[in-house]
Amino acid sequence: LVQQKNLEGYVGFASLPNQVYRKSVKRGFEFTLMVVGESGLGKSTLINSLFLTDLYSGEYPGPSHRIKKTVQVEQSKVLIKEGGVQLLLTIVDTPGFGDAVDNSNCWQPIIDHIDSKFEDYLNSESRVNRRQMPDSRIHCCLYFIAPSGHGLKPLDIEFMKRLHEKVNVIPLIAKADTLTPEECQQFKKQIMREIQEHKIKIYEFPETDDEEENRLVKKIKDKLPLAVVGSNTIIEVNSKRVRGRQYPWGVAEVENGDHCDFTILRDMLIRTHMQDLKDVTNNVHYENYRSRKLAAVTYNGVDNNRAKGQLSTKSPMAQMEEERREHVTKMKKMEMEMEQVFEMKVKEKVQKLKDSEAELQRRHEQMKKNLEAQHRELEEKRRVFEDERANWETQQRLEQQKVEASRTLEKNKKKGKIF
Amino acid sequence: LAKMSGGGSTLLGYIGIDTIIEQMRKKTMKAGFDFNIMVVGNSGLGKSTLVNTLFKSQVSRRSAGWARDEKIPKTIEIKAVSHVLEEGGVKMKLTVVDTPGFGDQINNDNCWEPISKYINEQYEKFLKEEVNITRKKRIPDTRVHCCIYFITPTGHSLRSLDIEFMKRLSHSVNIIPVIAKSDTMTIEERLEFKQRVRKELEMGGIEVYPQKEFDEDMEDKSDNDKIREAMPFAVVGSDKEYQVNGKRVLGRKTAWGIVEVENPNHCEFAQLRDFLIRSHLQDLKEVTHNIHYETYRAKRLNENGGLHPITCNDTQESNL
Repeated sequence: LVQQKNLEGYVGFASLPNQVYRKSVKRGFEFTLMVVGESGLGKSTLINSLFLTDLYSGEYPGPSHRIKKTVQVEQSKVLIKEGGVQLLLTIVDTPGFGDAVDNSNCWQPIIDHIDSKFEDYLNSESRVNRRQMPDSRIHCCLYFIAPSGHGLKPLDIEFMKRLHEKVNVIPLIAKADTLTPEECQQFKKQIMREIQEHKIKIYEFPETDDEEENRLVKKIKDKLPLAVVGSNTIIEVNSKRVRGRQYPWGVAEVENGDHCDFTILRDMLIRTHMQDLKDVTNNVHYENYRSRKLAAVTYNGVDNNRAKGQLSTKSPMAQMEEERREHVTKMKKMEMEMEQVFEMKVKEKVQKLKDSEAELQRRHEQMKKNLEAQHRELEEKRRVFEDERANWETQQRLEQQKVEASRTLEKNKKKGKIF
Repeated sequence: LAKMSGGGSTLLGYIGIDTIIEQMRKKTMKAGFDFNIMVVGNSGLGKSTLVNTLFKSQVSRRSAGWARDEKIPKTIEIKAVSHVLEEGGVKMKLTVVDTPGFGDQINNDNCWEPISKYINEQYEKFLKEEVNITRKKRIPDTRVHCCIYFITPTGHSLRSLDIEFMKRLSHSVNIIPVIAKSDTMTIEERLEFKQRVRKELEMGGIEVYPQKEFDEDMEDKSDNDKIREAMPFAVVGSDKEYQVNGKRVLGRKTAWGIVEVENPNHCEFAQLRDFLIRSHLQDLKEVTHNIHYETYRAKRLNENGGLHPITCNDTQESNL
């Protein structure tokens, strides 16, 4: 029981908040913001509008202008100074999300990234020298919903379900100037209904003791999800220079509360709830990650988490069972590998033998051919010889006949028979 | 006096051959005609609204009980709804084929297959009727004459799904791509986007309607070239009317102005409508019949070594 005492004079510890403030200002602040959504929903433009800087410009175009085949996670840092306070802003972009024909598991690289940031922080927290603990954890994730006017897409629901327990998810309706006010109202209602139906926990604005603030918070809550419009161009409207989009039928002003909820988002994100987002990330999401990770370690005394961010919440019996199974599969795999190697060697040998057999066969064929060729040559020669002999014989006979004929002729001449 | 070209003789009085046009017109009016239009695109791109706006009546699948918060179906469905419209004595049986669920899943592999199958099934139906021994006087035509493909107005480029779909189907049906919900984009953004889309279509070798190869003569070519330069049309649809400058117009009312659907300075809906309905409606049907259907027919006849004609009653034991 702690008693409250009244002071008898001015002590001076009321200046404590000022001291904290001055120290923080000197240290500077960090904030990491992630933007997720299909390409072409105006994410880069919105970031530029929010922080009034050209994070994405002509020379360094936003990720949407570069075609991505798989989901990437990209970080860009910018240092912003205002009123003596400096903010190191990190924007994490996710080009390629939802752009492929098959988008199964396109959320996995994002989950892996968030977990790896948690892991980095956990490691730096557990170090001996903790002087410098850079906080690169994702404090807030802006999820861009396409303004279809109907409801959430299966991809939207899947993504938010998987990430609402790892990071503060703030869903936004992108390119809200597509919708008329009535369509926007209905769309918001439908989205909130579906979010509740699927038990998705989006970032909740905290209740405070201040009545005034609570009223503001309630006003924001009624407008969720915020419908935003971003713009990089400044247009003159009624001799005022405003950020907006010029259409033939009018100018949609980014900072006009009647046109869209951009100012609410900006005020909430930067002016009132930035610290709360960081606190919730630290106290809720990070602690969840940490307790899950460390619990897995203590169960076995061995660090089971070989893969990054792999959480194991099973009982020791189940853990042992799993290890046994792993071991058995490993053995099987080794066995298979050895068999494969053996088979390969056998195949090689068989092939070699086959090759030499083929070689021998070939040589045999060759020799046979030679033999046959020679045989034929001889045949040819014999035939020629036979021909010659036959010719010679015929010639001889002819000669003989001639001789006989001439003899008979002479005989007959002698006998006087030829006239 | 009528003078014929091509070596004919000059007529010596008025015969009345030119009244054949009037006779044809009368017959067409009596018979009426069929027109089948298919709409393909992600859910929420305003397909049903656009079709309703085009034909100035509630002809989409949502005509019976509009449910904005209808759930996205788990697989692609093909829903065909028919209505008979009459204008100036001409009757048209309009069938709108909708494809809810296209491109809405997480994994959209092969989501074009049910659509391709449906289109081929209509060709098959027609082919069967044509090949019958006793043919119907007028074969009911359920073939898809025109497929309007809705491009998401990202402002960047075509998505992989868009290119995949159009590549695969541009050879079996007339595809007319339109940029949906174009009131998302400013005029400069729209021009850039259209240029990029045209370039991507060219690079992918995708021939959308009107196809260059089917231009019959120079006049056709110049008309169609103008259309091809302006495509894809950036459209906005609406079935609500508002008062603008003393006139009642179809439009969308936002906090910063009213988007007029039929105002050519606001969007290209009027151009699309004129192109689709007022000038190229018949041509769409002809290209479907003379080219896409014939391609299908030739392929089928070459496949099984010919089709055997069947009698009307014998549909069960078809040799097809």
